[in-house]
Amino acid sequence: MSKALEITGLSKRYASGVEALKGIDLSVENGDFFALLGPNGAGKSTTLGIVSSLINKTKGSVRILGHDLDTERDKAKRSLGVVPQEFNFSVFEKVEDILVTQAGFYGITAAEARPAVEHYLKELGLWEKRREQARNLSGGMKRRLMIARALVHDPGLLILDEPTAGVDIELRRSMWDFLTRINKAGKTIILTTHYLEEAEALCRNIAIIDRGSIVKNTSKKELLSQLRKQTFVIDLDQAVDEGLQVSGFESRVGGPDSLEVDILQGESLNGVFEQLRQKGLNVVGVRPKANRLEELFIELVRGASGGVSKPALQKEVE
Amino acid sequence: MGLYWIAFKTIVVKEIRRFMRIWAQTLLPPAITMTLYFVIFGNLIGPRIGEMSGFDYMDFIVPGLIMMSVITNSYANVVSSFFSLKFQHSIEELLVAPVPNYVILLGYVAGGVARGLGVGFIVTLLSLFFTDLYIHNIGVMVSIVVLTAVLFSLGGFINAVFATKFDDISIVPTFVLTPLTYLGGVFYSIQLLPEFWQAVSLANPILYMVNAFRYGLLGVSDIPIAVAYSMIIGFIVILFSFSLYLLNKGVGIRS
Repeated sequence: MSKALEITGLSKRYASGVEALKGIDLSVENGDFFALLGPNGAGKSTTLGIVSSLINKTKGSVRILGHDLDTERDKAKRSLGVVPQEFNFSVFEKVEDILVTQAGFYGITAAEARPAVEHYLKELGLWEKRREQARNLSGGMKRRLMIARALVHDPGLLILDEPTAGVDIELRRSMWDFLTRINKAGKTIILTTHYLEEAEALCRNIAIIDRGSIVKNTSKKELLSQLRKQTFVIDLDQAVDEGLQVSGFESRVGGPDSLEVDILQGESLNGVFEQLRQKGLNVVGVRPKANRLEELFIELVRGASGGVSKPALQKEVE
Repeated sequence: MGLYWIAFKTIVVKEIRRFMRIWAQTLLPPAITMTLYFVIFGNLIGPRIGEMSGFDYMDFIVPGLIMMSVITNSYANVVSSFFSLKFQHSIEELLVAPVPNYVILLGYVAGGVARGLGVGFIVTLLSLFFTDLYIHNIGVMVSIVVLTAVLFSLGGFINAVFATKFDDISIVPTFVLTPLTYLGGVFYSIQLLPEFWQAVSLANPILYMVNAFRYGLLGVSDIPIAVAYSMIIGFIVILFSFSLYLLNKGVGIRS
């Protein structure tokens, strides 16, 4: 079976001379839920822009569900749905008209498009708003509208660029559920996100891009097994001294009644708990300081470039 | 039905829906402006001017004013709509879809033609309150007005491709189109001008369109009709090819 996305030797040099992509190779299996991660300016948007035909490539080839974007352009484009990061619909159009119009661009008449329009507007909680101008929608609704629009022509591959940026927690969870459902129903999904918790929760395979090159492309399981160190925050039942240490572990006081401990691969937290118990401190909670993928991401990107380029991560605050 | 035909129709319907939605900005102003022209130049000043090329002054200016509406509205529709598409990034809806560039171009031109002809029709209806409409040659009248609308829609498209801010979409209409239209024989026959200025006027392409349209209605023209057709069709071919080249290269829309 052909792959959902196959990128070979893709390069992009902008007119300014900036080399955004340095001949990357990337393939995504059919039915996968795939994350493309990277710091700002790493080349994620350029890659997706070329796949979406919004950016001209300099070199290389792109195949979408087996169709070459240069030689079978129509078939390749029909196989792809794109949800961009920025709102890019006419805010003066009605919700329903935006979807019907988009279907029309794919050669689907309004009458043929109606069932899909109704289905996705209902699935994404926008049916009641179908006759509203898009400018009257909330930010979260606009984002869902873009997802519905990308699906209206029933593409096999859906690309989402930061789909939940600026979306509240409840809505983010409902979007995750929706994306998981359509992935299980057979759609391949590729997403970029700065919320690494999102990639960890949703995706099976992950590629990390930095400075125009793919620095990692593997399964989430394999990637996480490479995590050498993880920092845990241990909440205690009383205030702790500034000098509190746990012998045999890298640790530091993280707050008036919490301790941060670095746990290396293969180590157990039991030794920490035991030492704390001996000091008369009871553990009331344990949580990772950052999610595992985030730790690894920082490690990989720092390793590849000698430092995290740009403001690398926008840590999720819930 | 062909897939591209559906895409074309979708663009046209979207464009017509757009200018109908904002009718107070698109359809009403030319109706009011042209009514004022009819009242002031036709009814009040016209009788003092007397005849022009053998017709009452009101009858003489009606074809020019209809053409003026068609030219400005077909241009304005495409330049503002396509620039807004770029500005709001909603052009990406078209770029990700399997719509060939020539279909995009034809769709936007058809939208401009629809508004140009719609406004032209409104102005024509209004003119009936002030004068009787003669039609000398309906074939010439219809073909010239349609070709002119196509030509200026293409002009608006090219303007929109190069525009990077809203100011850029009003420069050409204000500083090029309006002067050329006023000096294009809308209000006078170039026979009134000294020989030198007659020759200079012949370099104004709008003169040919206004006169050819006037020929369709009244049967009089300052220039040969065949020259007008050649010029309009020639410009359409050049501007269409250039527009398509810009789209294929992605100028102003793809990096």
